[in-house]
Amino acid sequence: MATTQTEVMRRVETGARGPRHRRTFSRRQLITAGLFLAPALILLGALVAYPVIYSGWRSLYDAAGTDFLGLGNYVTMFTDPETFTAIRNNLIWVLVVPISCTILGLIFAVLLDRIRWGTAFKLILFMPMAISMVAAGVIFRTTFQENPQLGAVNAGLVAISDAAGTSAGYPGARPRPDLGIENRDGGLELVATAGRPAEFPLVGVKPDALPANAKPAVAAEPKPGALTGTIWLDFVKGGGGTVGALGDGKRGLPGVEVQAVGADGSVVGTATTADDGTFSIDGVGDGEATVRLPASNFTAGFQGVPWLGPGLVTAVIILSYIWIWAGFAMVMIASGLSALDRSLQEAARIDGASEWKVFTRVTVPMLAPVLVVVFVTLIINVLKIFDLVYVIPPPSSLPDATVIAVQMWTVSFGGGNDQGLGSALSILLLVLVIPSMIINVRRFREDRSR
Amino acid sequence: MQSRKQRIPTALVALAGAAALALTACSGGGNGGGGSGGGGSELKGVTLNVAADWSGAEQKNFEQVLARFEQQTGAKVNYTSYGTDVATVLGQKVDGGDPPDVAVIPQPGLMQQLVAKKALVEVDQATKAEVEKNYSKDWVDLGKVDGKLYGVWFKGSNKSTVWYNTDVYDAAGASVPKDWDGFLKQLGTVSDSGVYGLSVGADAGWPLTDWFENVYLRTAGPEKYDQLSKHEIPWTDPSVKTALETLGKLWGDKTLIQPGTAQRTFGDSVTAVFGDPPKAGTVYEGDFVAGNIASSTKSVVGKNAKFYDFPAINGSGPSVVGGGNAAVQLKDNKGAAALMQYLASPEAATVWVELGGFTSPNSKVDTAKYPDETSKQIAEALTGAKTFRFDMSDLAPSAFGGTKGAGEWQILIDFFQNPSDVAGTQQKLEAAAAAAWK
Repeated sequence: MATTQTEVMRRVETGARGPRHRRTFSRRQLITAGLFLAPALILLGALVAYPVIYSGWRSLYDAAGTDFLGLGNYVTMFTDPETFTAIRNNLIWVLVVPISCTILGLIFAVLLDRIRWGTAFKLILFMPMAISMVAAGVIFRTTFQENPQLGAVNAGLVAISDAAGTSAGYPGARPRPDLGIENRDGGLELVATAGRPAEFPLVGVKPDALPANAKPAVAAEPKPGALTGTIWLDFVKGGGGTVGALGDGKRGLPGVEVQAVGADGSVVGTATTADDGTFSIDGVGDGEATVRLPASNFTAGFQGVPWLGPGLVTAVIILSYIWIWAGFAMVMIASGLSALDRSLQEAARIDGASEWKVFTRVTVPMLAPVLVVVFVTLIINVLKIFDLVYVIPPPSSLPDATVIAVQMWTVSFGGGNDQGLGSALSILLLVLVIPSMIINVRRFREDRSR
Repeated sequence: MQSRKQRIPTALVALAGAAALALTACSGGGNGGGGSGGGGSELKGVTLNVAADWSGAEQKNFEQVLARFEQQTGAKVNYTSYGTDVATVLGQKVDGGDPPDVAVIPQPGLMQQLVAKKALVEVDQATKAEVEKNYSKDWVDLGKVDGKLYGVWFKGSNKSTVWYNTDVYDAAGASVPKDWDGFLKQLGTVSDSGVYGLSVGADAGWPLTDWFENVYLRTAGPEKYDQLSKHEIPWTDPSVKTALETLGKLWGDKTLIQPGTAQRTFGDSVTAVFGDPPKAGTVYEGDFVAGNIASSTKSVVGKNAKFYDFPAINGSGPSVVGGGNAAVQLKDNKGAAALMQYLASPEAATVWVELGGFTSPNSKVDTAKYPDETSKQIAEALTGAKTFRFDMSDLAPSAFGGTKGAGEWQILIDFFQNPSDVAGTQQKLEAAAAAAWK
């Protein structure tokens, strides 16, 4: 591993073309060169070399910067679960984002190349690049809010689900406790005896949410061979009334579906409550039976997806990143495409190749150099990702969305005040970026020498 | 221009006045309002620099407090706002050898740091007497470092207030609870009416740390609270278990709490209670909730938005968790000493009390001077509390008590979502605390 690394380094230094002819310089030439290089070298030294070296040195010390820890911070980095999550998330980012952006960019570029209004579409796709990352993050955070009244995505989903009619009845209704009414799979069940009315005092429904036809609840008439009962809202506005008892103006819940369930679990009869909350299921015979109010009476309907919760937040951030950078990939690839020699594609078509074959066998191989540049640039950018991850997640899911750069900031300045661990993370980031940098530098050299 | 001309008289008067000051400083504020008639001149020509984190409207109000001092003593007081990061700016000024005469700082921890740097002057006997006369013991102790009094708590805040929508409570027939069991029962009554009993904004962890501190102070008592604040007892202590179990019983009751909590910001939880239509009946946080209600809802504080004190648990006495701003003296001169004594007087506090948006921890302030019933009630709860303790998470290293996505904040969010895991939560808290206090 180490030898290949140095091999690569050596080749980079020497231009990847083997040993170069050595020239000797006069002293005067060296001084002149030195004078010309000095401003750049001083700037690079002050702004790049010194910070890198200092970070490396600092990463070996503790939070206060006084105690030498050796590689202690690097051990912490890989054992601390939060930092480990950051490293894992960075890996997900590197695996998913550059490839998705490059492929999307390629598809857009090739398709838009062939339509008349291509430039207009390209402009629209490139537009997100003009928005600052923080602003884009705010847009996505707002759009993906869980509360359907705040987040546009969930508002749309809830509207669709409501149109499909899954919300019904009395969402949130629950029975008074200790009356034998059990909650099973979202529905309510009570073992009742035929001939003795069953009582369902429910609460948790706003009195204003009752339909206009709801009337004061009355006790159901006992009827031989039939299950009868009353379902009512056991709540009086402003309090008062006896808990679990009818009267005091308590109203029935109309339109509740009621099932009588036999001993074998099959439904033996159904009914719907009247305006006063009473129901009667005939022909169930004598003895005990279970009265079930199926869950469909109480489903609250679709409440929206917790997009920014721990499970999906990274996906949302990645989506926002792709939204921004696919346009960049498209523009880069489109410019490569416009510089291509079209005669090869024409020749392939004349030879009878299908469009798919032309795309995969001719266009893509010819675009390969551009694709690699886009891909590598994206890898470097993705490794350094900070702003979107900092802006989009609510603080509660930040630990699940965090990446190395965000973690580096948090532990050093965002309250952790451990700049030793922060420096160690920054060195890790540097080490991760180096291979892609080397690939890029090598490509530039090859291009130049071509 | 003006100051250049005055420079020579300034020096002369400062010298001449020094002798007189020992006498006048006592009469300045010692009698709680002496000399408020015609402007005094004991400190004529003395210029004092005062710094605090207040800006905007708060700065204007504090400058009025200082103006009264100028009027009484003839001193000139220049106020500078250090912005929100007082600790850093003040630290730089002290290191640079140019500290203000008096600074008002928001953290007891900062006071300890400054004492360790030998940057503070112990208050003189007159001020000490004034503080001991006007403040309850807990507030006096909060101003002490190693038994010496350095800080005068000028402003206080009350984080033991439970805010409720009276419309919701009236519709449900719920009443103001007397203790924790009653609290749970009333939340249940509100939930029965079809509106959730409680809304919690747990998108960030700080409201949850305040919940915990209030419950812990009531279940474990002030001594344990102090020990846990300094991490002298571990978070695996049985007292923490009791507090977490008490909280877990409430947080785990899905019929009482509005769902979607971990995605809701604190501001949204206030809107859920006081917006139209209300989605929940109650929200807990400090006195600043009044500001949220006024700025983002149509509810009116004192009319349909009221509060009650955080309920007692198992007969605990009136206890308040809160914060405050303490005046500290950084230069040893008569002017600064006189200003410290003035700031400890009820008179100084009353100036700002009448302007509104201010709670004084000074027990001698006439609460009838508060501009409305709600702020009067907040102040009475603060000064009338048998026990006052400073917000524990503000006393902790920020890696533990003040970092989003880490430490106590995040662990309590996890506990909120899984309130049955008391032992695991204690272990995580102890691990995080051990790392932060090392």
